[in-house]
Amino acid sequence: MKTLNRVGLAALSLMLSTSVAFAATEVTWWHAMGGELGTKLEEIVAGYNASQSDYVVTPVYKGSYAETMTAAIAAFRAGEQPDIVQVFEVGTGTMMAAKGAIYPVYQLMADMGAEFDPSAYLPTVVGYYTDTEGNMLSMPFNSSTPIMYYNKDVFEAAGLDPEMPPKTWEELEAFSRQIMESGAANCGFTTGWISWAQLENFSAWHNQPIGTLENGFGGLGSEFTVNGPLQAKHWANLKTWQDEGVFQYGGPGGGADAPAKFYTGECAIYMNSSASRAGVLANAEGFEVGFGMLPHYEEVEPQNSIIGGATLWVLQGADEAEYKGVADFFTYLSSAEVQADWHQFSGYLPITQAAYELGQSQGYYEANPGSDVAIKQMTLNAPTENSKGLRFGNYVQIRDVIDQEFQALLSGDKSAQQALDDLVARGNQMLRDFEAANQ
Amino acid sequence: MVENRPWLTFLTHFVLILGVIIVVFPVYIAVIAATHGPTALSSGMMPMLPGAELWNNVVQVWTEDRRGVAPFWLMAWNSLWMAIIITVGKIAISIISAYAIVYFRFPGRVLAFWLIFITLMLPVEVRIIPTFAVVANLGMLNSYVGLTLPLIASATATFLFRQFFMTIPDELMEAARVDGAGPIKFFRDILLPLSRTNIAALCVILFIYGWMQYLWPMLVTTDPKYYTLMMGVKRMAAVADADPQWNIIMAAVVMAMLPPVLIVIFMQRLFVKGLVETEK
Amino acid sequence: MDTKRTVFPSQGLPYLLVAPQLIITLIFFIWPAGQAVKSSFEREDPFGLSTSFVGLMHYGRLFQDPAYLASMGRTALFALAVTVISMGLALVLATAVNRLIRSGTAYSTLLLWPYAVSPVVAGILWWFIFNSTTGILPYVLEFFGVDWNHQLNGGQAMILIIIAASWKQISYNFLFFLAGLQSVPQSLNEAAAIDGAGPFKRFWTIVFPLLSPTTFFLMIVNLNYTMFDTFGVIDATTAGGPNQATNTLVYKVYSDGYIGLNLGSSSAQSVILMLFVIVLTVIQFRYVERRVQY
Repeated sequence: MKTLNRVGLAALSLMLSTSVAFAATEVTWWHAMGGELGTKLEEIVAGYNASQSDYVVTPVYKGSYAETMTAAIAAFRAGEQPDIVQVFEVGTGTMMAAKGAIYPVYQLMADMGAEFDPSAYLPTVVGYYTDTEGNMLSMPFNSSTPIMYYNKDVFEAAGLDPEMPPKTWEELEAFSRQIMESGAANCGFTTGWISWAQLENFSAWHNQPIGTLENGFGGLGSEFTVNGPLQAKHWANLKTWQDEGVFQYGGPGGGADAPAKFYTGECAIYMNSSASRAGVLANAEGFEVGFGMLPHYEEVEPQNSIIGGATLWVLQGADEAEYKGVADFFTYLSSAEVQADWHQFSGYLPITQAAYELGQSQGYYEANPGSDVAIKQMTLNAPTENSKGLRFGNYVQIRDVIDQEFQALLSGDKSAQQALDDLVARGNQMLRDFEAANQ
Repeated sequence: MVENRPWLTFLTHFVLILGVIIVVFPVYIAVIAATHGPTALSSGMMPMLPGAELWNNVVQVWTEDRRGVAPFWLMAWNSLWMAIIITVGKIAISIISAYAIVYFRFPGRVLAFWLIFITLMLPVEVRIIPTFAVVANLGMLNSYVGLTLPLIASATATFLFRQFFMTIPDELMEAARVDGAGPIKFFRDILLPLSRTNIAALCVILFIYGWMQYLWPMLVTTDPKYYTLMMGVKRMAAVADADPQWNIIMAAVVMAMLPPVLIVIFMQRLFVKGLVETEK
Repeated sequence: MDTKRTVFPSQGLPYLLVAPQLIITLIFFIWPAGQAVKSSFEREDPFGLSTSFVGLMHYGRLFQDPAYLASMGRTALFALAVTVISMGLALVLATAVNRLIRSGTAYSTLLLWPYAVSPVVAGILWWFIFNSTTGILPYVLEFFGVDWNHQLNGGQAMILIIIAASWKQISYNFLFFLAGLQSVPQSLNEAAAIDGAGPFKRFWTIVFPLLSPTTFFLMIVNLNYTMFDTFGVIDATTAGGPNQATNTLVYKVYSDGYIGLNLGSSSAQSVILMLFVIVLTVIQFRYVERRVQY
């Protein structure tokens, strides 16, 4: 079977005339970057492949984040895993707990003798991916944080100052109502990622705990506490606003319908990943886009937001030559030029101090207003134990639960407090399962 | 007709026209969407009449390189191969196992029958992860073998042949034996020619079956060289952080469903026979 | 289990003939199914690094989990609705075509081809049509005062998948009903007509009872279809949402196991499904055998 397989492969690759340098060691990288980001990613890889001749990195698009992660795990179980897999932030808990399956990045870099200075990385970014001793377990690649986009033309038409995005939720509500009354747009705001933007980041931004034991950083015994009064108030508001048309729900997960609502001018304000910047600018035809930080409630001073996005995990089971290639590739990826290019193209955060400084010296942030909102928001204050991130097992499933409870709230089946209480109860059971399975 | 009632005839046509409209509607929408430019579909009311962009969209689908999917021609090629291999494989192994079960008595015959039959009870969705593990362990990921072999066992085709063989007069075989024909010669010279229509009918049904596969190819391929059309179409529709390009997606959808639909239309007799026979 | 009256003398040949089918069945069906049964009694981390035996825990949990029980109810509702709608429409259409002599074939062709549309494509089509920002049906429904939002409204999401799944199944049911109708002896119909029975009365008293074997057969097949083959439709339209309103049993196996990586519970769910399918299949099989006797 195997020979047949190989013959077929060889024939096909000949047919496609993809030239594979057989002398070079191949490093496979499964990723979840579709669209323009995927094109850019392949450009970066091509740049690396052209820069040296010892290794060839092969990027493979595996679909959504969830699909990519599951595919990698299934492949690992079958012994067919890639060297590198891109895993979204909510998979971090699962990956970290799988000690026999992952090759921690700090260790890989040391074993392979690659240059590696952990202090060069932005602490707010890598903090999410380090163990309790401060060792970096995975390589940050695309980290982002939710920010606010708004339609300047609509603001102007509604008699608002287009250079003044709402700073608080109270303002946001008032602005939205003014926009709707003036007829400038049908709806005030929409958002992608209910779970990430309107619960996790909402909590961090208001310095409210998401779970015990430092949001799960302190161990597997953590429990959710995300049903506090402020979160309940916010969700209750979202429900009211949805009923009044001030807010339009964009769907579960990333909120597939949200972007279109903003692009078509249906909704005036839009919250989503800072990495949507390129997409927003490309799709927002016919109006000017403004940028702002996430709103906060008046009674609380904003803390700092937390990241999302994905990191690169190295999986066990490959030979040393491949790991040398991985280490070499990671060094290339972290270089200031590559980082700055990727960051400026995509809107993802720069992962190293050097990349950020390079951008500053290039005058990028002045030339592109709004491009540094994410960094400023991330670093607004020194992170507290409520705002350095979150680390829970089974979190992919728990995200689904968050979406489900939010939908139950919007459809009127549950009150905000009830939805959050149920979310906590269901989430805690999944945390206990994870704890039991990883002992 | 028993009697002639004009109003009833009118009602009949009315009902049928309504039925056809319901059945055709979604595809009509898709075809219309495939004929428009990108802006016509993204805002509010979509047009109900064809636009002029069909050719452009089709060319784009065929030529443009898209993130996460293989070139369209390659996916079409893979789907075609996958459908053909599944069709031929299923028919080949089913006809010989039915032959063994009907024309021989051997220890374990009933057990074999039941083992084949049980495959009906295990849809691929409910055993997907262990099946994936088996295929991976056999080194069949990213190959036509892995794409097709696990789908080749077929209880329904085996039944069809079994039932068909049961209707063939015993005298035929007795006569063949008198003439000194062995089992292989009998199979090749008599049974196979007699089964021609059944095989043709099955080909139509199984080709459609193979063409439609989605979940399995999605799992076992990581190499774009083996991506199939159904995967590609689904991935084009599921883009993150951007508006789906509906006109292009619909052009691809229309082209992806064209081959099996044409087969049904042009081979209606065989299609009907195949469907009715396999499901009996 | 019959064979021919006379058979070929058996040596190794019959084994050789059944071997390919049996080997594939054992490797790709029986063995994975056994693995699923095994892992339904275990708790395992996603990577398969540590495994412990937990007995019937997953089963116990499932039957206490309101979400699972709700999913059962929902699947039943979905299966019933799709079966009734697609069979009802198909019967009406088949009866109509059966009345016509000349134009019947043309109509048949037009009604048959959706069979060849794959579930994924059907899902994408209906998703496009019902899309809340760009879809055409929400736009039309707005005129009738219906606020269509299947992203939020579970009832509407259910309606969406019922429509999409029924649409795909109409051709199939139509074909079988038409075949059934054509085998109803014309003489019976004529005799009743002479007795003065109108066309509708004749249909209900004569034709419909004669169709009952076909109807029964189609019911089983349609139940099977809605249980398993609608995966692609659901995945492409609602992905089980909102708030699990369209999370059917099969979709739940997939989302818990493949996306959620909860292998134990997902395996237990597949085992329950397998048992269910076995019951359905046994019913179907007994029926099939009886039909063959005719």
